[in-house]
Amino acid sequence: MWTFFHKLGSPKWFYDISGKILLWLAPITALLLIVGAVWGLFYAPPDFKQGNSYRIIYIHVPVAVLSLSGYYLMAIAGAIHLIWRMKLADVAMRCAARMGAGLTFLALFTGAVWGKPTWGTYWVWDARITSELVLLFLYMGIIALYEAYDNKVAASRACAVLALVGTVNIPIIYKSVDWWYSLHQPATIKFTEKSTIDPSMFYPLLIMIIAFYCFYAVALMMHMRSEVLVSERKTRWVQEILEKQS
Amino acid sequence: MMVRDSLWLGMLATLRREMTLLWRRKSDSLNPLLFLLMVSSLFPLGVSPAPDVLALLSPGIIWVVALLSCLLSTESMFRSDFDDGALELMLLNPQPLYFHVMVKVLAHWCLTGIPLAIMAPVVALMLNLPPAAIPVLMISLLLGTLPLVFIGAIGAALTVGLRRGGVLLSLIVLPLYVPVLIFGADAVKRAAEGSFAPGQLAILAAFFMLSFALAPLAVAGALKISVDS
Amino acid sequence: MYFTTLSDALHMAGHGPYVWVSYAATLLVMFVLIWWPIKQRRQLIEQQQRIQRINASSQGNSSLKDQED
Repeated sequence: MWTFFHKLGSPKWFYDISGKILLWLAPITALLLIVGAVWGLFYAPPDFKQGNSYRIIYIHVPVAVLSLSGYYLMAIAGAIHLIWRMKLADVAMRCAARMGAGLTFLALFTGAVWGKPTWGTYWVWDARITSELVLLFLYMGIIALYEAYDNKVAASRACAVLALVGTVNIPIIYKSVDWWYSLHQPATIKFTEKSTIDPSMFYPLLIMIIAFYCFYAVALMMHMRSEVLVSERKTRWVQEILEKQS
Repeated sequence: MMVRDSLWLGMLATLRREMTLLWRRKSDSLNPLLFLLMVSSLFPLGVSPAPDVLALLSPGIIWVVALLSCLLSTESMFRSDFDDGALELMLLNPQPLYFHVMVKVLAHWCLTGIPLAIMAPVVALMLNLPPAAIPVLMISLLLGTLPLVFIGAIGAALTVGLRRGGVLLSLIVLPLYVPVLIFGADAVKRAAEGSFAPGQLAILAAFFMLSFALAPLAVAGALKISVDS
Repeated sequence: MYFTTLSDALHMAGHGPYVWVSYAATLLVMFVLIWWPIKQRRQLIEQQQRIQRINASSQGNSSLKDQED
């Protein structure tokens, strides 16, 4: 059992197996994305209240969900690196940080663009958007902390500590912002309404969520692969790969 | 038994040392207060001196400025110890770092957070906060500045080894301050409107306990990383 | 299909720009996330080639560390 765990930490093993996984995962991801997007854009019926602008949901929701899951993945990877000094976990944490920041920004952007036709303004201080903004700040803090350290080994460990602190705080932040928002919510419109969603709209959403999870896995593996090549570039197996490719 | 005695003695020694050092550098404790006064004064100048506008905004303004004062004061918490090597000695100590860190940050709060809470009524007067809200203001700041200082200590510990830690510290710590700010400002706002709800203060007290117990863990870990680097 | 013509689909009853801008932004971000590691790998290859050229030209023994992993 421990040998498996030990093998799990081997960059070379990861590089080999991720290469094999990507061969079939990447096409599936592309397929799911296309099917989901086409279905959501063209075949799902327009919403009764929001018209066609609700179609942004097929991007906004998956991306927002992933930005949060990605944070937890990053924090867990950081914890593994902190406890067991696994190099691969460190690589995973750093790559997840970059990806998470991009996805969080995208969630905010699509949310803002969705807000304009729906509520008349690009930015509304509602609970979800505000929490997402705080999440973006958390991500940026971690990236900035990593860049600020000269000693990159210490940098990874510091970022792991910060990610864990953020993990404890995220539920607290969400709940606080949720509660804060409920105080200021205008009585007329309910922004984050949990309406029952029609199946014809729900299935494309489900497909898009799965598709984006697959995309996250694909992109994360690609990032990790190239990071592994960079950090292990002095080893023989990496040199062989690089020579084969040039 | 002996171990427990020596742990307490160690903690008391740390407390005494911190208090002495902080008392000697009184400006470290005065600067946050001056900051509170001056920055609060900027708001009437920048927004509006109209009494009703100020009364509406004052709970939030006082809380935000107090929060920023705490942030500024935590930046230098570990710096001098890091520079002269006292931090490394603390890490070599056989006793768990957790307790010494807890006491050190607590001492820092005593000479930063508590004065802020005491100073607050003066600012409340300037910003036309209804007098009924002032006791709640002081209590909320008393309860709230401890989490702010303890969370700020985490950021300070992570950035103590870096050359330009200042803005980075704010970036790291401010998202974590959001819950404390929300409940603190709301408690004062409720009191200003006349309806007092102890719930917010209770949640602030919960943050007080939580940060007091958990933050030193992160601070200790971060200090080890910073010193090792 | 809820849109009969292409211009209908682009217009989306007035909401077209919003929907398409969002989807375009998403495609952009996804593209950047995929392109970044590819660029990093290419840079690494170029870097290695440069190092090898320097090693060969200085006539030193280009020692590849035999590190098993």
